Amino acid sequence: MSFLVWSLVLLSLALTGLGVCVGSTGFENLIGPLLHPNIDPAKTAMAQQIVGQIRLPRTLGAWAAGALLGLAGAVAQGLFRNPLADPYLLGSASGASLGVALTLAVLGGGAGMLGGSMMNGGTAVSVFSGSVLVRLGLTGAAFVGAVLAVLLTLALSKGVQHTLRLLLAGVVVGVVLGAATQMVLLFSPDSLQAMQAFMLGSTAFVGWAACALMAGIWVLCMSVGGLLGRVLDGLSLGEATAHSLGLPLGSLRIALVAVLALATGTAVAQTGLIAFVGLAAPHLVRSVIKTTHGRLMLLASLMGGALLMAADTLARWLIAPQELPVGVLTAVLGGGYLLWLMHRNSRGFAGGAQ
Amino acid sequence: MKQLFAKMLNAWPVKGCKLMRCLAFIGVAASAQAFDVTDDSGVVVHLTQPPQRIVSLLPSLTESVCELGACARLVGVDRYSNYPASLQKLPQVGGGLDPNIEAIVALRPDVVLMAVSSRASERLRSLGIKVVSLEPKTHADVQRVMLKIGEVLAVPDAAKIWRVIDAGVSAAAQSVPASAKGTRVYFEVNQGPYAAGESSFIGETLTRLGVKNIVPAKLGPFPKLNPEYIVRANPDLIMVGERNAGGLTQRPGWHSIRAVHDNRLCIFSTEQADSLVRPGPRMAEGARLMAQCLSDKAPKSTAGAKP
Repeated sequence: MSFLVWSLVLLSLALTGLGVCVGSTGFENLIGPLLHPNIDPAKTAMAQQIVGQIRLPRTLGAWAAGALLGLAGAVAQGLFRNPLADPYLLGSASGASLGVALTLAVLGGGAGMLGGSMMNGGTAVSVFSGSVLVRLGLTGAAFVGAVLAVLLTLALSKGVQHTLRLLLAGVVVGVVLGAATQMVLLFSPDSLQAMQAFMLGSTAFVGWAACALMAGIWVLCMSVGGLLGRVLDGLSLGEATAHSLGLPLGSLRIALVAVLALATGTAVAQTGLIAFVGLAAPHLVRSVIKTTHGRLMLLASLMGGALLMAADTLARWLIAPQELPVGVLTAVLGGGYLLWLMHRNSRGFAGGAQ
Repeated sequence: MKQLFAKMLNAWPVKGCKLMRCLAFIGVAASAQAFDVTDDSGVVVHLTQPPQRIVSLLPSLTESVCELGACARLVGVDRYSNYPASLQKLPQVGGGLDPNIEAIVALRPDVVLMAVSSRASERLRSLGIKVVSLEPKTHADVQRVMLKIGEVLAVPDAAKIWRVIDAGVSAAAQSVPASAKGTRVYFEVNQGPYAAGESSFIGETLTRLGVKNIVPAKLGPFPKLNPEYIVRANPDLIMVGERNAGGLTQRPGWHSIRAVHDNRLCIFSTEQADSLVRPGPRMAEGARLMAQCLSDKAPKSTAGAKP
């Protein structure tokens, strides 16, 4: 356990170092100029600016978003006792993106209160905006959308007892809300391309505000999740056993759904739809060790953070100075990994259900 | 010609055409020559007479038709064709990529003008509608498409009208003050951030105006850039449409870009942006807008600017 935590932390630190050195010019060591300001002051100033204001926040932002998604994935898989559950399959990510798209459509069209006060006079609110209020507003919208989507999924599936029904409901809600998002975008063709880039996942404009917001929410979700880890452990023994252990399942489930929605909504509002991190991170952890849910949440977070950080660095690196959408990269890599996992150990994969 | 008459006289009564219309039609046909036009997708389109009922599914093609003085012959346009204003009265038949085939057929067009990239041309051709697919992407394309449409419409002045447009671009280039030449410009197409590179239509206009685009041609016409690239390139001037301008100055690290720092931002209104980005007859207008922006906002001396 502690071995895995430390190796993941070390991996994340190493990736941070790499992320700081990868940018629009491909790989380039900017740490040297940062540490030795006397050699070339102009280069150091440029390095400070690039690293301090762009690369570091977006690298750490990628970690925080990955951590939130990993946490959400671990909570979802424990809560629904289903190894296929992830922020995407339950519709919460689709709900979150619909929340963001609706907010942008409303604010962009009418230059509402938020837009009017934050942007210099009447221009539309941008999905990539760096201002704290806009970020908070978008996060709130994404959170509300995610909560409503999960509740809708739960209502359609009439609870979490039937795995198949739950997944079906999640898929249906995801598709319907995704279609609604597309429709909102279709009616605002000006923002279509920018929103599309956002939907494919992007950390391009993650600044310190978004980064701090995600880190704060992660700490909050992690502490609540840590406290509720025992509930998930109880649940994994079956509902009846959990009841007999004296756990107030109803209210604790609501708290866990709130954690799930908050974590997903925050990540989606800052970085768009990033696929598979939430699904793959807990599986990666479980493939190494078996542990309690409280620890699994922490480990899945660290794993998710490292995963997304690595993917984001790659997305910047491969075709620099252009960028790949990081969501596409995680989908390809994560999907490939899961297929391999299923192929290698299909019994273990299926047995993870209970 | 005799064969043609015979064909028509045979064919028309079946369709129940009224005598007057038949006579009028024959009159037109008699005065015109049948001709073939090869469009950009390599299809040879046979036209028996200059088309009188035209549907255009691309804003730049619509504008070219109107520029050639044939606006009255348009009977339907796509939903993005918004210039000139007189088009608002025309029925809209969907978008260029998702046109309403039924609505187009119902308009009984003599010819449909559309982009090569649209899949709808196959469907329309199979329904017996004449389609001329054209792909204006560059300055040279605008000229070629203009002449081609002139050929289709049998308008003799196409070459002259093109020369006026071309002269307009040159005049705009001349109006750029010498001190603004060599200004390093970043043109943002949208917030991806997607930029207009040197090889794009916008980039060509910028080149003709004598300014330096920070996005080289090798990155393609509209690359999705790492925002860091723009911060590093440190442009003297940023051009952007108002729809995409929100929050631009607040992006992480952007306040130190020379253009943002000195407030050298040209924010074009949506109508202005149309004439900047559409490879059509309003390119001279677009060039004038950019030249105006350069005169107003470009640093007076770029001698001090680093390459």
